Amino acid sequence: MIAEAGLIALWLAAALALLQLALCVIGLTKGQDKLFAAIRPVAIAQGVLVTLSFLLLVLLFIRSDMSVNLVVANSASMKPLIYKISGTWGNHEGSMLLWVAIMGIAGAAIGLFERSLKQRTLVTTLAAQAFISIGFYAFLLIASNPFERAFPVPEDGRGLNPLLQDVGLALHPPTLYLGYVGLSIAFSFAVGAMINRDVGPDFAKAMRPWVLGAWVFLTLGITAGSYWAYYELGWGGWWFWDPVENASLMPWLAATALLHSVTVLATRDGLRAWTLMLAVVAFSMSMIGTFLVRSGVLTSVHAFAVDPERGSFILALLAIYIGGAMALFALRVGTVKEGSQFEPVSREASLVANNLLLSAILGIVFIGTLYPLVVEGFTGEMISVGAPYFNLATGPIALILVAVMAIGPLLRWRRDKAMLVLNRVSIPVFLTAATLFALVLFTTSMSALSLVGLALAAGIAVASFAPLWKRNLRRTPMHTYGMIIAHFGVAVALVGMASESSFTEEKLVAAKPGDELMVNDWKVKLHAIEPMAGPNWTALEARVTAQYANGTTYEIAPQNRMFPSAQTQTSEAALLTRWNGQLYVVLGDSDEQGRWQLRVWWKPFVTLIWFGGVLIALGGLLAMIGRLRRAVRQRRQRAYAEEWL
Amino acid sequence: MNRWLLWVPLGLFAAFFAVVAAGLMRPKDNIIESKMVGKPIPEFTLPAAIEQRPALTSADLATGEPQMLNIFASWCVPCIAEAPQLLALEQAGVKINGIASRDTPQDIANFLSRWGNPYVRIGTDVRSIVQLELGSSGVPETFIIDSKGVIVHQHVGDIRKEDVAELLKIWREAG
Repeated sequence: MIAEAGLIALWLAAALALLQLALCVIGLTKGQDKLFAAIRPVAIAQGVLVTLSFLLLVLLFIRSDMSVNLVVANSASMKPLIYKISGTWGNHEGSMLLWVAIMGIAGAAIGLFERSLKQRTLVTTLAAQAFISIGFYAFLLIASNPFERAFPVPEDGRGLNPLLQDVGLALHPPTLYLGYVGLSIAFSFAVGAMINRDVGPDFAKAMRPWVLGAWVFLTLGITAGSYWAYYELGWGGWWFWDPVENASLMPWLAATALLHSVTVLATRDGLRAWTLMLAVVAFSMSMIGTFLVRSGVLTSVHAFAVDPERGSFILALLAIYIGGAMALFALRVGTVKEGSQFEPVSREASLVANNLLLSAILGIVFIGTLYPLVVEGFTGEMISVGAPYFNLATGPIALILVAVMAIGPLLRWRRDKAMLVLNRVSIPVFLTAATLFALVLFTTSMSALSLVGLALAAGIAVASFAPLWKRNLRRTPMHTYGMIIAHFGVAVALVGMASESSFTEEKLVAAKPGDELMVNDWKVKLHAIEPMAGPNWTALEARVTAQYANGTTYEIAPQNRMFPSAQTQTSEAALLTRWNGQLYVVLGDSDEQGRWQLRVWWKPFVTLIWFGGVLIALGGLLAMIGRLRRAVRQRRQRAYAEEWL
Repeated sequence: MNRWLLWVPLGLFAAFFAVVAAGLMRPKDNIIESKMVGKPIPEFTLPAAIEQRPALTSADLATGEPQMLNIFASWCVPCIAEAPQLLALEQAGVKINGIASRDTPQDIANFLSRWGNPYVRIGTDVRSIVQLELGSSGVPETFIIDSKGVIVHQHVGDIRKEDVAELLKIWREAG
């Protein structure tokens, strides 16, 4: 019954989305403004119903209801509870249901909380949100029904992709989806603004917290995904430029550009058309990302659920939504008045530079990701574009970008004097130069990128706090602190990246039990290899001790797991975290002489990469809370003033 | 602003659409099926792995009765896990031939004395050449071969308890 209830809830939610769209279209075209009163409740009801539908699917997974196809294919009654729950979205249908559920929640959130938009823009925004949802409801109900019954009912399920049986998976996709789909709000806002020609500071101020919210989740999702790939794949890397990783990076780049350009629109009424375009592009990149992952059109280590027919369906949805929004942009933006102008040395100019550089990186990643597909189409040759291209092409631009990031917040709006700016950034510039000098002097074999990266990080770390200079710390608004923390987080992550790529020490040995090896300050000893049996896997586990230079000894146990039912082998790396880095040990295969491949890395300060990512997200969160508090305060003051006048 | 510039995003999206639509139309194999099922066993001759059992050639596998061919190694943990199942298959009357992959006679003898020896013949494939010709990429793997020497089934990974009945069924049907 649960499955049927879930399906009914899903159908009802889809019907409400249709109603939501119809109310708006009729209201706007026939001038029936009284219809608008119903839109908010309908949006909220739709959100509740689709969330209910998703929760019912989770319940089916928790109860291991083997009469439902999806549960059979992706779960097993022996699995621990957390993987039963995460199994809900570790597959195509479940993850698409999560997608529409978040879309519905986003629409309900707009209905509940959005108070600053003009009524017609709000109504159009909710209609756009419903219009997008309808496509994905249709996709679920027609092409990927998650509640389909199994017949005959099997005894037990087939399990879950072994790589996905991990705590990281429990949190990574939902967080990422909240970010992906949260960007739909910006998209719908932009559509609403274009249709009503309502683009200006008030619109930007209304949109900003929503963009920040989605961006925080996206940042956390990418950070978590990077860490998951780092320890689960056992390759020791933290970013692989895999198509699916790029699919999550591209919306992030667009959203990052958007939340900076929206500030220009909110504060100075500039960059109107550009901000609208970015709002459209950000969510378009989310949809394109989902399409690339789900259609299997690109070969990827992440392609878990692949089906070309479903790919065609999503592609058709992309054509309608992205193509439609871009056509609307071309038709309408010409009639939107251009915003105010600014000088080449100004806060606006630095934000434009930020936007152009982010867009350049976005373009490079986009082309690199799709290039194999283009080549295959024309020549039939299978190629892959790897890290060397991406690092080389995006690295230098990213470094210029972070340099601009350090200077930008120190510029005045509208117009500033170059000499004064130089004066303001003298300490960070000096620090960067000194660090660069020291690194060149005392280190060898650092790549130019890491060298400059590390030097810049030193300067940025200081420069990010410079906006507090001579300010009353208690009166400084919360969103300024948010910016400072986020920018400082970039410096922190940059130190981690540069240090990881330059100072990592790696040893690959064939070791017999009893053998020792030295990696940096660690004495690593292999004691024994023992077979282990888990609930649905067998493994070889290495008993290893790692002794630090100061004498402290740690026991670690890297594993090599085999999942016979899925015919997959996974490597469970053993990680030892200290304040100054991580020891990363992977157990490989054995040879005929009974020696075991042991791969040991010492990665100094590698954890700063993810710590920086978390700081960036935290900064975004503070900025969002700060903006929301200010908006509420201003609304109260206005209401108070109106009462008295 | 130039009016036609506003159409550039739509144009770029149209280009993207064309590329991925073409990519979707192209047929793609996402499942690698065993190419060997339905084909006769490739010809090979392997020397005996241990003294107690005769050597193995492809001719031994086309004798007019269905048989099994199990690829194993003494250094392989799942091979230990599947040993009881192989013995059960032997008890059920299946003739099981073994190929020891990348192994030494001493290690094989130790392995068999400890975990049981279900094999009628064992060939030693020191450099995995025959294993690769059979389309097998790892150990353990088990093939079911019909009376004419044609491969009818390939089981990748260790044989678990729940697999035994199915394998026996396929073996009986191959007769």
